[in-house]
Amino acid sequence: MATILVESVSKRYGTHLVLDNFSLRIEHGECFTLLGPSGCGKTVLLRLIAGFETPDSGSIRIGETVVAKADNGVHLPPERRGLGVVFQDYAVWPHLSVFDNVAYPLKLAGLPKQAVRDRVLESVALVNMTGLENRLPSELSGGQQQRVALARALVARPALLLLDEPLSNLDANLREEMRFEIKELQRKLDITVLYVTHDQEIALALSDRLAILDENGTLRQTGTPLEIFERPADLFVFSFMGVANLLPARGEGDACLVGRQSLPVQPGACPDGARRLAGFRPSDVRIDRENRDDTPCLRGTVRRASFLGPVMDYLVEVDGSTLRVSVDTHEALDRGRVFRDGEPCVLRFHNLHWFDAPDAAKAPPAGKSPLADVAAAKGAGA
Amino acid sequence: MSALVKKNSLGMAHVILGLSIAVLVIVVAVPVLLIFLNAFWAEGKFNITDVIAVLREPETYQALLNSLIIASGTTLGSTAVGTFFAWLVTRTDLPFKKFMRGMFLVPFMLPSFIGALAWKMLLSPRAGYINRFFMDAFGLDGPIFNIYSYLGIVAVEVMYLFPFVFIQVCGALERMDPTLEESARISGAGLFTITRKITIPLVLPSILSGALLIMLYSMAHFGTVAVLGIENGIYNIPTLIYERIHQSAGSFASIRTGTVLASVLVVSAAFIIWLQGKVLGRGRYQIIAGKSFRPVELKLRALRWPLLGFCLLYIGFTIVLPTAVIFLVGGLKTYGLPFAPENLSLVNYRFILFEYQVTKDAILNSVTLGLAAAFITMFAGVMISYVIVKMRVRGKGILEFLGMLPFSVPGSVIALGVILAWSGKYGVNLYNTVWIILVAYIARYMAFSLKANSAALEQVHDSLMEAARACGASMWQTLRDIVLPLVRPGMLAAFFLIFLPSLRELTVSIMLYAPTTRTIGVAIYTLNEDGETVVSAALAGIALLLIITGQTIINRVSAKYQG
Amino acid sequence: MSYVRLTDVTKRFGQVTAVNSLNLAIEKGECFSMLGPSGCGKTTTLRMVAGFEDLDEGEISVGERLLSSRARNFYLPPEKRDFGMVFQAFAVWPHLSVYENVAFPLRIRKLPAAEIAARTRDALTSTNLLEAAQDRPENLSGGGKQRVALARALAVNPDVMLLDEPLSSLDPHLREEMRFEIKDLQRKYGFSIIYVTHDQSEAMALSDRILVMKQGVAQQVDSPLNIYNEPANKFVFSFIGLHNFLSVSLLPDGAASLDGQHPLPETLAPPRELRGAAPLSLASRPSEINFSTEGHFTATVTRKSFLGEIIDYQLTSGGQDLRIQKSRRAPGPEVGETCGVLLLRPYWFGDDA
Repeated sequence: MATILVESVSKRYGTHLVLDNFSLRIEHGECFTLLGPSGCGKTVLLRLIAGFETPDSGSIRIGETVVAKADNGVHLPPERRGLGVVFQDYAVWPHLSVFDNVAYPLKLAGLPKQAVRDRVLESVALVNMTGLENRLPSELSGGQQQRVALARALVARPALLLLDEPLSNLDANLREEMRFEIKELQRKLDITVLYVTHDQEIALALSDRLAILDENGTLRQTGTPLEIFERPADLFVFSFMGVANLLPARGEGDACLVGRQSLPVQPGACPDGARRLAGFRPSDVRIDRENRDDTPCLRGTVRRASFLGPVMDYLVEVDGSTLRVSVDTHEALDRGRVFRDGEPCVLRFHNLHWFDAPDAAKAPPAGKSPLADVAAAKGAGA
Repeated sequence: MSALVKKNSLGMAHVILGLSIAVLVIVVAVPVLLIFLNAFWAEGKFNITDVIAVLREPETYQALLNSLIIASGTTLGSTAVGTFFAWLVTRTDLPFKKFMRGMFLVPFMLPSFIGALAWKMLLSPRAGYINRFFMDAFGLDGPIFNIYSYLGIVAVEVMYLFPFVFIQVCGALERMDPTLEESARISGAGLFTITRKITIPLVLPSILSGALLIMLYSMAHFGTVAVLGIENGIYNIPTLIYERIHQSAGSFASIRTGTVLASVLVVSAAFIIWLQGKVLGRGRYQIIAGKSFRPVELKLRALRWPLLGFCLLYIGFTIVLPTAVIFLVGGLKTYGLPFAPENLSLVNYRFILFEYQVTKDAILNSVTLGLAAAFITMFAGVMISYVIVKMRVRGKGILEFLGMLPFSVPGSVIALGVILAWSGKYGVNLYNTVWIILVAYIARYMAFSLKANSAALEQVHDSLMEAARACGASMWQTLRDIVLPLVRPGMLAAFFLIFLPSLRELTVSIMLYAPTTRTIGVAIYTLNEDGETVVSAALAGIALLLIITGQTIINRVSAKYQG
Repeated sequence: MSYVRLTDVTKRFGQVTAVNSLNLAIEKGECFSMLGPSGCGKTTTLRMVAGFEDLDEGEISVGERLLSSRARNFYLPPEKRDFGMVFQAFAVWPHLSVYENVAFPLRIRKLPAAEIAARTRDALTSTNLLEAAQDRPENLSGGGKQRVALARALAVNPDVMLLDEPLSSLDPHLREEMRFEIKDLQRKYGFSIIYVTHDQSEAMALSDRILVMKQGVAQQVDSPLNIYNEPANKFVFSFIGLHNFLSVSLLPDGAASLDGQHPLPETLAPPRELRGAAPLSLASRPSEINFSTEGHFTATVTRKSFLGEIIDYQLTSGGQDLRIQKSRRAPGPEVGETCGVLLLRPYWFGDDA
């Protein structure tokens, strides 16, 4: 069993507190992803679990074993934690052949020669590298090297596999392929996988559950991919999981106003006097030329139309807010939704997420962050 | 973020750290410290007036001045020559560029004091072959060129030192992103303007860095000045230190002068290294690119073949001619005879290889010293570099500082420091034994080993070691199975980087030798001083053969490693 | 009236023909992109226009001015062509300040000091660099450096701007922004752009017309929409976004079939002119396929990945893989289910590989 229990762990480098009183539970047999921007401490957490770092306080348990506990100085070195690790830069030893790379953990364990051979061949087959056992890493592509690293991490049959951005050095096609292979292996071998990445698409596609960390190493939300995407806990999670449109709205009586227009919302979303943000994805909005069936909608102007191949990308201005709208090209062509710069349009929304508007003072000072747009829009509206 | 050192292995880490610090302290720090102590500390107190008095003596003052004059001249000359040739083989359509690039690196192999010997044979005012030829042929009263002069010394040093600049500038020019020059062309600039306004400014840091390296080398250089200067009373710092220590057999006054001069040398070397760090740190532009096309190439047109001729002439004059003279003089019965077949034989070579005890000893001493120094320094270098590059342990800062020392301590300083430390004053007397030379060699070549090994270790990414730990390897197993195999090329490079130069070492050995502990360099030099010119030349010839063979082996080995 | 003209331009490197008999006519003020995989000859073409490579056959001219001609044995060096050019690796001179970088082409032309100052200022203003004028380029971000390169190219007010993958060293977010900045500069200054890229969405977003190249040969020259709607061949189709290719065989009765046994419906028949061709490819984009009970054929879902806004399906039909991407709001089958699929915009290609 490889349930991981991280309890109240803190870690600081110099004056920088990377993780502060951090707790997390990962169940046995699940594919769990730590997702967050760079510098959020996700890699540090993985290294703490692997044993390459020691926590300043708190404890870590893998299965029944306490592998690190700060108050009584317990620290099991990485080689005795019984886990597999795959690194971003492959870390395949260049002086050893594929076979010798994969065989190394077994040789250290003192297995008899024949057993080593069988297990290595089995492991190499698992990652579809049969026939390349005698190659040196320099004769392999990046994707193949990453497979070797995977085989090496799995050959000793660990109950826990730690993956630190293993795919980010690969090109897009390979990344997608390897993503499926990792998922497949995890199912087949019934192991616990802890995956660290900043790429939300991989995290959604791969994980049973994922945890979102912000820049300060704070845990924002834990849940299944669908929960995270459809019910984001806060503005950070919503913005991090994809292109985010944020429309500032204020409640006046029963109405919800965006600029001078009224936005139809479900009751209670935007009560009287409230200042809220309505968030939605570029594909969760329908753009049309005119309001034919008279259903409630917002009016705007297309500021910039870009044809990107499979999708049309529009920047639409609605009462001072700039929104991004994307339409599948075939739909745009077939249903007359091809717009040019400056044309008026109407917008209808699905799946609005409601957030409290952050204080203007707290919003980041500049840049293209959605929060800055909000602050600017608020200033203009008031 | 290396985290290999943890509570349970802390003991081990500190053993390695302690050992590393001990090696550097004993071998480098103590000798240097003793030099400063002897220079500035008299009768239990700090004393600057004596130091100033020593520096004001006309002879020391003149030596300081000479070191400066010679080093400046050499630096200017080498920089001009090196930059010009580097530009020629990388940025023009000179024929046989690749071959010529290789040829310009050959002077690296030639020991400059052997070169100086050759030029002495060719251009000494009365006996030099060239001078004599012109005097006889045209009935001149005096020599056409006197090699025993500032100009002579500078010219010889330039011949053998310019590759330092050449190699740096070639590297910079080859790695430079061609679009930097292309964007100047599209802006309307012609090739001449581009060279002046874009190319040269961009490689200026590399040029300066090479120039400072030469400055450092020339300031502390013994051989050429000893061979060509002493005759005419031209001393620089290292030769004056040698003169004082050697002539007065360790009197208090001469030690005093020696240590003061050595202190000056250490301080100026440290200053030059600091300056170099500054030039490289601030000025080295990020000019390396990914996507690359052929760089803009200047068409030499009518000058193409004449310039090739000039290059070949230069190589012939500076490499082929001196080497030939060494071998030919080594074959003569007596120095001064014309190079006619009836005057030439292999007698001298046979004599020095099989009969003459002095030279037989010298060859044996140099080879064993070289091997021993190379082995010890290689392993010590790996250990020290490992601590500096890979370990996270408290107290590492001291080691990092100590690790800088070998780079800034010139050979004659080391020799003097070693004499102070190991002459029995502190319990151990190695003076007049071969061991004192070994200690000095280790100190002298530690910098090479540290450089090669840290470069190799930098290549071993932390994750390679962490992967081994995750596979179940302990710290020691990781070292044995992963780290050492991966740095083996670096260790091998360090070995040869030490072994080959030690075969021709002169600066250190000349201060430390005893009658039975001569090295090849010492034997060549002393035989020449004693007027045994032909025997000395024959030994120089043998030394050249040894060096060429060694270099060939290295090239083969490194080619195999890369292929 | 075409402005930049390439006539039968050919360039060889040893045995390799990098560009093969290329004919192009680029209009004044047009934004023209050359798109293709690496090694397709697009960069070589640009470098021939710039003058960094001579040509082996053909002729290049701008307006009335001849640039290169094999027949007339004429070649104008790049410094005489008066183009602006921006490179992938920025190529901003690190030893000069931002201001001096931009002023360099003007100083080379020995313009009066006042004019140099005015034009440098103008170029810096247009690229929002005025405040950074005295900075060293190394202190700027990647986007900042590329702005300096743009300003330097603008300074001489060129008629033609050559851009060699100028955005591919930037991070994706910035890439999009710079795209529009380039477009705005073009509107302001009115130069023609020749733009080299391997990124189809960049070419689509930016260009009036696109040339798609493969192995030195032009495949199609057209507007972005036409390239998307009417790709000339399989290669062009495959280069624009994700794609499915299903190989189709003809049954004895002449009907098309995916598996060699079951015919495809009449509504999905190959065009007459391709009926003789074999092998035949049925092409479709993953976003242009619907799940439908009245589908063209059935397929079984083997994988389903939730990617956020879209769901990515991998299906198999008659032993061939098919990929479908739908909005997460659209209902879709689960793994293991068999369902009908409807190709909204099927394309047919003969084999042109």
